[in-house]
Amino acid sequence: MTVAATTTEAGARPSRAGRRLRAPAWLGTLPFLGYVGVFLLWPTGILVVDAFKNPSGSWNFGGVSTLFGPVVRGYFIGSFKLCLISAVAGAVFGALVAYAVASGKPDGAVRRFALAGSGVLAQFGGVTLAFAFQALIGPVGLLFHPSWYYSFPWGIALIYIYFQVPLMVLVFLPAIDGLKLQWREASESLGSSTWQYWRYVGGPLLAPAFFGAALLLFANALSAFATIEAWENQIAYTVPQEISTSLSSEVGLSNVNAADLLAFGMIVMVAVVMTGYALLQRRAARWLR
Amino acid sequence: MRSPYRFTFIGVAALALAAAGCSTSSTSTSSGGTNWATVTSASSGGGMSKLVAAAKKEGTLNVIALPPTWANYGTILKTFTTKYGIKVNSALPDGTSQQEVDTIKQKNGTAAAPDVVDVGVSVALANTSLFTPYKVSTWSAIPAAQKSSSGLWYNDYGGYMAIGYSSKFGTITSMSQLLQPKFKNAVALNGNPTAANAALNGVMMANLVEGGTASDIAKGVNFFHDLKAKGNFSPVSATGATIKSGSTPVVFNWDYLNLPSYVGVSNWKVFIPQNAVLGGYYAQAINKSAPHPAAARLWEEFLYSQATDGGQNLWLQGGARPVEQVAMSSNGSIDKSAAAKLPAVSGSPVFLSQGQATSAANYLATNWAKAVG
Repeated sequence: MTVAATTTEAGARPSRAGRRLRAPAWLGTLPFLGYVGVFLLWPTGILVVDAFKNPSGSWNFGGVSTLFGPVVRGYFIGSFKLCLISAVAGAVFGALVAYAVASGKPDGAVRRFALAGSGVLAQFGGVTLAFAFQALIGPVGLLFHPSWYYSFPWGIALIYIYFQVPLMVLVFLPAIDGLKLQWREASESLGSSTWQYWRYVGGPLLAPAFFGAALLLFANALSAFATIEAWENQIAYTVPQEISTSLSSEVGLSNVNAADLLAFGMIVMVAVVMTGYALLQRRAARWLR
Repeated sequence: MRSPYRFTFIGVAALALAAAGCSTSSTSTSSGGTNWATVTSASSGGGMSKLVAAAKKEGTLNVIALPPTWANYGTILKTFTTKYGIKVNSALPDGTSQQEVDTIKQKNGTAAAPDVVDVGVSVALANTSLFTPYKVSTWSAIPAAQKSSSGLWYNDYGGYMAIGYSSKFGTITSMSQLLQPKFKNAVALNGNPTAANAALNGVMMANLVEGGTASDIAKGVNFFHDLKAKGNFSPVSATGATIKSGSTPVVFNWDYLNLPSYVGVSNWKVFIPQNAVLGGYYAQAINKSAPHPAAARLWEEFLYSQATDGGQNLWLQGGARPVEQVAMSSNGSIDKSAAAKLPAVSGSPVFLSQGQATSAANYLATNWAKAVG
């Protein structure tokens, strides 16, 4: 086809009666892109730019060094410890629960109950959850008064695990459901034991999904603020708590740009975690087709 | 207030509405030949009766950030209106000190600008250019450390840092008792001292008890380190709810927020450790562009009046310590039954200077989490 012919045909199109106007495919994603742009990219951009300024508005690249000072490093280490413990414990227990649910009847009452319960409990957090624990095992709690309730990170990690386990059930169950019964039958007909099946077939198949889900739990714990702030609020252990201090200190320590810088540090932390998650998901998807 | 940003937008919207509602009232800067906007005392303006007449003519007073349940302000506002027939516009009752001065900057030139403010001392010191000097007739009764010598600002009411506690512990007579095992998880501040002013002053009071000075808060941080090591420091900050539920049975807070009548718990006691009297007072100041200059000055005269129904005794009835309390105790004008409800004090009060408060905050920023984490 010549260029001239193409031009003629394109020019003739609008005059043809009854022909449907064909919008480009990407037009449909515009609302989504607009939404992401306004509520994610734009604020993130402002935050990153402000992180490298000082309160008077001029550039301040030297401030980044405070991220590596002993005090701020302590908040990042605190956040990391808490996220790691609650993510590992949540992933292990959640995976066990998910396996138990998956091995039951596909449309049985137990499965429906567990899924509905997980859906609700994974969203149960914040002040309500902290007070529920406070009322049960806090210093004047109804059940008992463990001395480690207020020790960081164990006491608060226990509270986090409460919403991490159900979240793990929700995100890990599809992976277990993806294990085909035929694989088990095939390995057994070749004479493998249960241990060998999990060691050489089931385990390697589930590993990427398991670690991917654990990374998601890690990021989930990193952003939690209301729960730990209600658990205790006279000491800052984690980055989100210190951001709150930087925004609202009435004793002269408030500095919006320092808060932006801390948030920028968290973005880097989440970016690393989510990149890992994406890589593992890509590997998991290869197996579960 | 711990999160000043949350209210800003609402505040601006409310003020815009208030401005729309008040824009018809006119300002009168002179009355009977006296320009009250520049008068620095009632006598230099021709005496109290002239001030009252001029204020009545203005007819209105704009106040801001005065919660009716706080320090008896509900009664104080009502008494002022009844006594002088002056209408009081009370804007943003739950606003912060910073919002008060921000409102002055935004609203000056309109009839809705605040005439007077009641702010924390640090905010007052940072904004003296917005104020005009005025000395009330009882000026000499205000201790010298609690006013600006030129009259730009003056403490009004406040209190001392105190330890409130549940009487199930018996009677506490010294702070070191709090290290005993029976106070496990019991001792609370009012917030994180790197963020909340009351908590910072709680640590400073402990510092004074431990022999520290106002310029160096290290010994106070050390005390809380020991408290945490014994397992006695409650990480939950004290609120009305935690006190009522019993999860914070020992609380470091200003005495006017720590009285049984205020916390609403009957078996609550409060004491101020010996020779660790740390004062925290609010300050009054008049907006130099006040739309009602005479009413603003009359309001200050009323607040600093030592009469039975004057501001000083009304604050005292609300559990706050009026700044002229010492003078009123010696001249007999004090409401004795209200004064008797406040915890006893021994030793002379200490007030943090701006520099001391800043250095304490900076020390806490690097050491607090380390010491008690």
